Amino acid sequence: MTAQTVQTPGVAAPSAPPHPLREFWGYFSANRGAVAGLFVILGVILVALFADLIAPHSPYLTDTTVALKPPFWQEGGSLSYPLGTDAIGRDILSRLIYGSRLSLLIGVIVVSISIVLGTVLGLVAGFARGVTEIAIMRVMDIVLTMPSLLLAIVVVAVLGPGLINSMLAVALVILPHYVRLARAAVITETSKDYVTAARVSGAGTIRLMFREVLPNCTAPLIVQASLGISTAILDAAALGFLGLGAQPPSPEWGTMLADAREFVLRAWWVVTFPGLAILITVLAFNLLGDGLRDALDPKLKR
Amino acid sequence: MLRFILTRLSLIIPTFIGITLVAFFLIRLVPGDPIETMAGERGIDAARHEQLKKDFGLDRPLIVQYGYYIERVLHGDLGKSIVTRETVLNEFQSLFPATVELALCAIIFALLVGIPAGIIAAVRRNSIFDHGVMGISLTGYSMPIFWWGLILILLFSVQLGWTPVSGRIDVLYYIEPVTGFLLIDSWFSEDEGAFLSAVGHLILPTIVLGTQPLATIARMTRSAMLEVLGEDYIRTAKAKGLSRFRVIFLHALRNALIPVVTVIGLQIGVLFTGAILTETIFSWPGIGKWLIEAIFRRDYPVLQGGLLLVGAIVMSVNLLVDLTYGFINPRIRHNR
Repeated sequence: MTAQTVQTPGVAAPSAPPHPLREFWGYFSANRGAVAGLFVILGVILVALFADLIAPHSPYLTDTTVALKPPFWQEGGSLSYPLGTDAIGRDILSRLIYGSRLSLLIGVIVVSISIVLGTVLGLVAGFARGVTEIAIMRVMDIVLTMPSLLLAIVVVAVLGPGLINSMLAVALVILPHYVRLARAAVITETSKDYVTAARVSGAGTIRLMFREVLPNCTAPLIVQASLGISTAILDAAALGFLGLGAQPPSPEWGTMLADAREFVLRAWWVVTFPGLAILITVLAFNLLGDGLRDALDPKLKR
Repeated sequence: MLRFILTRLSLIIPTFIGITLVAFFLIRLVPGDPIETMAGERGIDAARHEQLKKDFGLDRPLIVQYGYYIERVLHGDLGKSIVTRETVLNEFQSLFPATVELALCAIIFALLVGIPAGIIAAVRRNSIFDHGVMGISLTGYSMPIFWWGLILILLFSVQLGWTPVSGRIDVLYYIEPVTGFLLIDSWFSEDEGAFLSAVGHLILPTIVLGTQPLATIARMTRSAMLEVLGEDYIRTAKAKGLSRFRVIFLHALRNALIPVVTVIGLQIGVLFTGAILTETIFSWPGIGKWLIEAIFRRDYPVLQGGLLLVGAIVMSVNLLVDLTYGFINPRIRHNR
């Protein structure tokens, strides 16, 4: 019998469940918006990686002879500055291209900080229960109560304006989501048999936390991470716009908009393109996050 | 019901204490001590420094200082602005109506557009309209509103010249602040031009601030409506031969709006975050702009007091929403 099944894997395969990744891709690719989001993100990643090769100019090079040139399709524009120049003659396209590096870095670093810290805090809260749990969750409630940007602004006011500090501020602001998710997942998981089995066989708390429970909580965390990147990019850009995030001459998109504000009356392009870049990137991450949630959430399947 | 209210009330006390702790330590975490911050760039000599430190009670242990701070807060004393020497509470009171007016207009705009859009999208599921609403609301949700404001100014103020660029009312008009709400004050001033000017100044900020709540409300209404429309009692109502209109608006909508009410309550934090940006763009003289200016002037008492007041307001509104939620949905009340 065994020999027979080995000989005919092709027959047995259709009834076997598909590989989890393949199954995931099946659900994910059915969502056209999510796939579009994924491709935009891949595009932005490529642009960020090869910024040195793609960008026609240096993002910092000023040339007052070409200040406030319009994009190439407008009168007075030229193809050497495809999206025009800003008030001190920097090429807007090049600045946008280099800015994509900053935005992606901000998104990834901010979410990594809060996901690591948030998961650990959530695991601790879920396992320790009692006073520790109450203390952690109350602090998170306070963070959630405060309007997110106000809290970020206060953190920046204490630490001082700048890219790194604004990233820390945003990381703190989105932290509660991960703590709550991880804690909720831990509480559901710990009552399950496999955790009891692991505990009975002598697994310590640390092992239970990271080897047994954590792998089963990853799906919601992945979804939240994707949505978190979009929040992080948006909030960091808002801080940059207010003059509290990345400082000029950094080509961060929000900071570019802050510089552009006074030219809203005479140079539409310095205002339009950085914001469009933020919108497209954030939208892509939100689409991806929605798609991931639909594909990973077993409740929505079938 | 009473028990439900009391539990909810008792839950916000630790949160409020937490907010006072954040506000209290904010000033102590800022590099340099408060005296130096107050003295500013002129500096201060050592003897006077020590004297002031004693006067302000800054030589006491932190816990004692915190106690004094709480006592002052409970007496309504939030300190004075370093820059204007005006009390923080007075400044807040004079600016707060502007922010409330803007926020109310924004949330009304979001509800008036978002709820119908969500209902139609749910009723005509998978139609072009549905996809359109979902696409637009995801875009609105992803919108950097500080850029959105600039684009609207570019379009409607600069290109078309329809709306003013900034402020609450044209400088030509002086309106005595009675309620602080310019729409109301200018209406009763019986100067038609003033009222129209106030309305004109409100349009773009309202749209900008309302965009994210609008997106969230439309999405939430749609999904709540879809869930309710799939329930048995709706099928029964349909089978009884009730009109489509009756089924949707009388039977389905009432239950579908329950989660929407919570979402509206949660928007207050979003609205405040948005108000900071919207007020900065449109030079709207409200709380958001005041707080941002306080940062650049290093006016820490304003920041501290503003943080506390905003936190307390957001918390109270959340509590109110929680209670309303328990009121309109008996299932919540009895479960706890």
